[in-house]
Amino acid sequence: MSARAQHGFAPGGVEKRLIGAVAVSVTLIAALCIVGLSIGLLGHFTLAGLPHVTWEFLTQPPRNNNTEGGIFPAIYGTVLLVLLMSILGVPIGTITALYLSEYAREDSPFARAVRFAVNTLAGIPSIVFGLFGLGFFVQFVGKGMDRMLGHEQIVWGKPALIWAAATLAVLTLPVVIVSVEEALRSVPRLLREAALAVGATRWQMIRRVVLPHALPGILTGSILAVSRGAGEVAPILFVGVVYSLPELPKGITSQFMELGYHLFVLSTQSPDVEATKPLQYATTVVLLLLTFALNLTAILIRSRIRHIQRVS
Amino acid sequence: MQRYRRYGEMLIETAIRAVAFLSITVIALIFLFIGREALGVFSAAESSIHAESSDIAAEVYNPEESSESTPAPTAAEQTPQETAPSSLWANLLGSTWQPVSRQPKYGILPLVVGTLKIALIAVALAAPLAILAALYTAFFAPKWMQELIKPVVELLAGFPSVVIGFFCLMVVASAVQEALGTTYRLNALVGGIGVAIAILPVIFTISEDTFAALPRRLWEAGLALGARPWEVAFRIMLPAAIPGVFAAVLLGLGRAVGETMIVLMASGNAPLLSWSVLAPARTLSATIGAEMGEVVWGSLHYHVLFLLGFLLFVATLTLNAAAELWVRRRLLQRFRGMSS
Amino acid sequence: MAPALEPKIRTFELNVYYGYKHALQDVTVDIYANRVTAFIGPSGCGKSTFLRALNRMNDLIPSARTTGRVEIDGINIYDPSVDVVEVRRRVGMVFQQSVVFPKSIYENVAFGLRLNGRIPKAELDELVEYSLRRAALWEEVKDRLHHSALELSGGQQQRLCIARAIAVNPEILLMDEPCSALDPISTAKIEELIDELKSQYTIVIVTHNMQQAARVSDYTGFFYLGRLIEYNRTRELFTNPQRKETEDYITGRFG
Repeated sequence: MSARAQHGFAPGGVEKRLIGAVAVSVTLIAALCIVGLSIGLLGHFTLAGLPHVTWEFLTQPPRNNNTEGGIFPAIYGTVLLVLLMSILGVPIGTITALYLSEYAREDSPFARAVRFAVNTLAGIPSIVFGLFGLGFFVQFVGKGMDRMLGHEQIVWGKPALIWAAATLAVLTLPVVIVSVEEALRSVPRLLREAALAVGATRWQMIRRVVLPHALPGILTGSILAVSRGAGEVAPILFVGVVYSLPELPKGITSQFMELGYHLFVLSTQSPDVEATKPLQYATTVVLLLLTFALNLTAILIRSRIRHIQRVS
Repeated sequence: MQRYRRYGEMLIETAIRAVAFLSITVIALIFLFIGREALGVFSAAESSIHAESSDIAAEVYNPEESSESTPAPTAAEQTPQETAPSSLWANLLGSTWQPVSRQPKYGILPLVVGTLKIALIAVALAAPLAILAALYTAFFAPKWMQELIKPVVELLAGFPSVVIGFFCLMVVASAVQEALGTTYRLNALVGGIGVAIAILPVIFTISEDTFAALPRRLWEAGLALGARPWEVAFRIMLPAAIPGVFAAVLLGLGRAVGETMIVLMASGNAPLLSWSVLAPARTLSATIGAEMGEVVWGSLHYHVLFLLGFLLFVATLTLNAAAELWVRRRLLQRFRGMSS
Repeated sequence: MAPALEPKIRTFELNVYYGYKHALQDVTVDIYANRVTAFIGPSGCGKSTFLRALNRMNDLIPSARTTGRVEIDGINIYDPSVDVVEVRRRVGMVFQQSVVFPKSIYENVAFGLRLNGRIPKAELDELVEYSLRRAALWEEVKDRLHHSALELSGGQQQRLCIARAIAVNPEILLMDEPCSALDPISTAKIEELIDELKSQYTIVIVTHNMQQAARVSDYTGFFYLGRLIEYNRTRELFTNPQRKETEDYITGRFG
């Protein structure tokens, strides 16, 4: 027995310590796996794709049946889609979040119904949104508009940019609502009470105190939602996206090209998948750049806000 | 002036409520429209059987086709008018999915099996990894490590599923084939790995949130009893967080069941009725994604695809509701006695 | 009073800092075996910090730094050769808010026992029963040992925590305001329990309740602004305080 062991506070069983070390290591390895996967994915695509992202690739339309040239129309279509989606979805999401955080009483049936709806919406698979877009926006709303406006030809009642954007807006609605609500709730109670105490009405308080204070958070939420929408392909599969177009979309009723869909078709359905591999990787990099630029902005803004809030 | 302002306030509040009501409307509309188109299966089935009955005579002489048909449709062929509804059921519950043929078969069984197979593979791979990593992050990681892991997981969550699908197609499929020597390059396992990557962040985030929300006093009380940190983490904190972890897994399962692009790209897409992990598989979602673009509007095939969508909708709804209601309530119950 | 008073715990110039805050200053004190020692003082005076220094719970606070010595049976528990886990096994602790684990009553008590490896079921049953009896809880819970511990009342939960702490057979029991969240009846039960337990354990209790300190303790120390102002037999300290701060505090002039 060593001198140390005599005092009774010496470290106990070696076996136990070994089990402990193994247990902690296993969790550490799991964490490292996830980190490695994430960084590995990013590295893989950057290494394999970035060299092929040339100025020509970004600015030229595809040539020779999508086996050469660039992907400008797909970038254009994606940006247009995402912008339109934000215009349609962000205001509705923000106002709904405003209701939930400022007006709703937690126990009121209406508030609970709204909350339930938002949660449910968040869990619906994206492909189901695609079906909804087709059944509701294209077939019901679009066809209905044609009928009401007395169009001879089909103008609205076919897959189109506007319906794809509307579908994505519905899909990203819960993302907007949840993150904006978080931003609104982070406005200190004292600030609200101070505004009310000097005689502001509820709306005045919201407009002059809550909204300005929560603006960065609202922005973050919107950007996160937008980046989520930018990466989704399944919901737009049958509401307006196409693989190749003779010209850029002219209006909101045109069909359009989109990066994710372009990658999907290039990698699975083109006649010679091997030959277009560089194009596929380059397309992936552009898609990732777009979504991560958005994501990163959002994460940075958010961590900044959280930091500021923790300090104050 | 004051009155005027009050009316203004009321107006604004009403408008805001009206917009909030939209979320409820959307859910109702989704249910309504997908349900309506799905129910169209029954009316469309009748008309298509009438239309097809004239083809039957020709088909009987086609040995290849008739050898493939299962007994149930054969019975239907003989007396189409009388047995129309039951033959539709037999068709839907059959084991062959072959929508584009002269005698279309809409057996959803292989699709259901494919969906379950891939979702279960994905959860089996992702859940242990995500939960262990969440344990590390919540209880063992130094601060800088926590601040590294969380954004990196958010990064992973930010990968569009089409990109993960592409990755599986290019890298995972080859790696799996090399390692296991599979016959089919694209199969359920490759798809399952892809879906696992997609649901890792969900399970990790919700588990980690649950761990972090456990009372810190539990941790201290465990240590004060002379337990080592890992013993406290595995024997007190993990069991205490089980309902939340379970909810995380359920939500991950819901995501896995609904995931479309990854399985469409990486799982081989053959509607086989097989539980083999290394056989190609086709899911409900991938079927919709692959076929909806090409169907004739209003045809039986169109309505059957909506029926698949409706099934998916109901399945994920159930999983989410289970995670939300039952599990959260249990978690609350567990800690009611503690939040004094 | 028994003639042979053995110091169980001795501290020498114990200092604790939280970041730049000097929370505990130069505390040198002897705490005797098989006695109840109470520490009183206004909130924020350092009495809880002192208690947490005795089983190294302050180690869990990242900004905390400790200097000086705490000797238990003559061994400095801050010595590098000492395993903090062994310290905590021999120094049990009961918290202000009862922290029962979300497990059954039985599993709560068995938790610490199971840490030492596999124990035969019969032996475990016996030890659980013994601990619950020692904590005066057995009669109330013997029919529902496998129910969730969260079903117990606040006072029962606190006694369960005591049972859980004594199950691992510590030599010292630290109690950090064990009754502050309890009703008077539960408080009385715990105080009775403390009196019974002192034959077997060295008990150190921190309380803001002077009546409680006077009722249960043999020795009392008064903390103020991070310093141990006065330490004496309880009766002495309350009837004949030597320092003006002590007198002001126990006569209710501040606190």
